Amino acid sequence: MKTVGVIGAGMTLFRRRLQETGKEMCFEATKMALDSAGLTRADVDMVVNGTAPDAFDGVHMKGEYLADGCGGYRKPYTRVFTGGGTGVFSTIAGWWHVASGLADVVLVVNEEKMSSCQPHPQSVFAHIWDPILDRPLKPNLVWIFAMEMNRYMHVHGVKKEDIARVAVKNKRNAVGHPCAQLADPNITVDDVLASEVMAWPVQRLDISPPSDGASAVVLASEDFIRRRKIKDRAWISGVGWCIDSTMWTDRDLYFPEYVARAAKQAYKMAKISDPRRQIDFAEPYDPFDYKELHHLEGLLLARKGEAPILTREGVTERDGDLPVCPSGGLMGVGNPIAATMGQKIGELFWQLTNQAGKRQIPQEVHTGVAQAWGDLMQYGSVVVMSS
Amino acid sequence: MRVGIIGIGMTAFRPSTPEYSWKELMFEAASRAYADADVDPRTQVDSFITCAEDYYEGFGIFDEFTPDQLGGALRRVCTVTGDGLQGLANAFMQIQTGLIEVAVVEAHSKASDLITLEGIVEHALDPIWNKPLGAHPFVVAGLEADAFLRGTKTSPKALAAVVAKNRRNGLRNPLAAYGADVDPEHVLRSEERFAPLRALDIANPADGCVVLVLASEAAAKRLHANPVWVRGIGWATDSPGLETRDWVQATYAELAARMAYRLAKVRRPTSEIHFAEVDDRFSYKELQHLEAIGLAKRGEAGRKASKGEHDLAGPLPVNASGGSLGCGNVFEATGLHRAAEVALQLRGDAGTHQLDGVRVGVAQSWRFVPSSTGAVAVLGVGR
Repeated sequence: MKTVGVIGAGMTLFRRRLQETGKEMCFEATKMALDSAGLTRADVDMVVNGTAPDAFDGVHMKGEYLADGCGGYRKPYTRVFTGGGTGVFSTIAGWWHVASGLADVVLVVNEEKMSSCQPHPQSVFAHIWDPILDRPLKPNLVWIFAMEMNRYMHVHGVKKEDIARVAVKNKRNAVGHPCAQLADPNITVDDVLASEVMAWPVQRLDISPPSDGASAVVLASEDFIRRRKIKDRAWISGVGWCIDSTMWTDRDLYFPEYVARAAKQAYKMAKISDPRRQIDFAEPYDPFDYKELHHLEGLLLARKGEAPILTREGVTERDGDLPVCPSGGLMGVGNPIAATMGQKIGELFWQLTNQAGKRQIPQEVHTGVAQAWGDLMQYGSVVVMSS
Repeated sequence: MRVGIIGIGMTAFRPSTPEYSWKELMFEAASRAYADADVDPRTQVDSFITCAEDYYEGFGIFDEFTPDQLGGALRRVCTVTGDGLQGLANAFMQIQTGLIEVAVVEAHSKASDLITLEGIVEHALDPIWNKPLGAHPFVVAGLEADAFLRGTKTSPKALAAVVAKNRRNGLRNPLAAYGADVDPEHVLRSEERFAPLRALDIANPADGCVVLVLASEAAAKRLHANPVWVRGIGWATDSPGLETRDWVQATYAELAARMAYRLAKVRRPTSEIHFAEVDDRFSYKELQHLEAIGLAKRGEAGRKASKGEHDLAGPLPVNASGGSLGCGNVFEATGLHRAAEVALQLRGDAGTHQLDGVRVGVAQSWRFVPSSTGAVAVLGVGR
């Protein structure tokens, strides 16, 4: 198994509606990532694309359409897709391209253009259900996440205030992120609690709204990194991915077992036996504020039901003992589904190479974990990176 | 580290399968593959890969619906939105890392569920430059066929020979949906569709599923398998833009073959490769692909086809399975089906279309209109 490092990252602005086409957004992110690594397209052996539902962009075989924007022209090029899990999963696919020895340098480019979907991308989510058992009930995503949030709150006796603290922390962390769509230095818990109710207990400021954006990272083998004397690199020390049954109605939603299994795979590979002690900071997937808490427990960084307490005590603040979503996460920077690789893998790279600028965690960090979540509340993808 | 195919499972390909859902098709092919490899998916498989596209499936996020019927719940499962051979390439790489010992690749088609196939394929055209022109998406294939015939001075009669051969080969393959005793005259008299392509030049859709089980050499030994080795694999994408791609030659196939041959250490494909299964969803594609992967010189594939050199008894049998013209267009499962057919031939399990004494074969795929993506796998038995 070859050792693989991240040597460059880039991301576009995240906005409710960007003028650029999907291809153009991919080009921008790709160019930034290559420039930051000091490479050109000629150095790239293979390209991996990650992007979520084709129906957002309204393009069938969306990966083919985006290929030239991603730098895939006349190269081995593959798209992978694990719903929202793609945000971290595409990097895992890039990892096996390099770790297998087949490629030295791989570009991973993630894109999402949700604004093409009119009047609202939520309409795509009408088509993600089992056509016989679920679809006739006309569910939507906010609806089922409200069920999951409710179950989580009920089992552990969690208060809405403690969940709202995550939204406040992340929207404040995003201040200073050059791509952020939702940064707010003055937001308070009361603002979140006073926002419009979508489907109880989910309120408007508990959710990260639709967005357009793209992000890219450059992966390279250890041999290449040493040969080219590349200084800014962060090693991928563990990867894990896991899917649970399609039948979400058959599971207890209070704990994401699939995330825990993916995390255990990644920790085993990274030789991490005590994640709470050995991991310095985390970028769990936070499209809803309660998901950060849910995923911290899934990542075994908090005991079941403990994540809200850690948040209340300030442990997960940027200057806390376990900084969580120092990027501002999806709640603060935005949620163009697959393109959130920029806040997850990108942020790990920037933090571990001291390039996070205003977002840099004040204490020294050596190991971080990124995680994404997708499909029907069933997919976990986890990457551990070390300096 | 060598990677081998240790299990093959397929359903029959049929124009429609009203008694089966796509989940049941997957379950059947997977059950057959696990029985063939003698593995328990719940304990002996480390990774599952499905090859599917949302629009073909009619779902917003098809990846959700993959784990249960494959035995992959609470395990490593992912979707490669590509042709089955691209899925095979990813399984190959996963095993090469050493993290995964046994991997499963699945691809299927439930084309009979599609009410508006033309509309779906049309959505793959560039939404700004091409889709507004309003043409049927197969016009892209017609234009390319015309460029190929002119650029290589190939006669339309050669296309008819390809169709007749593959439809007749399909008669010998019990899994094929469209086996028929077609002669070249039938093809040339069939209705003109996307000139120069006629009705019989275009493969008809079919339902079906293919599952392969792959293993590292060590795992294959432990499982007492008799593997067909993946000697080399390659994949590539040319320009997605209709305006900027090569229309005469299949550059994607040429690049993919170059990579696969490099890994397989194949220097002279014409003498080292004994037979081929190539994408023939439009008749000219078989000839274009044979030239791109170095099994015929430019402009020669058509003449060889007309002389019967690609027949079952010829020097280079091509699409002995019947190809897509004989078996049916199974969309993203097309490439994986070809790999399965090559593996069956190499194991000596191809039944009435078994070729004699073959030890190295090649499978080639393309992602259908309007893509410029393809993959090539070199498979072999023995040392």
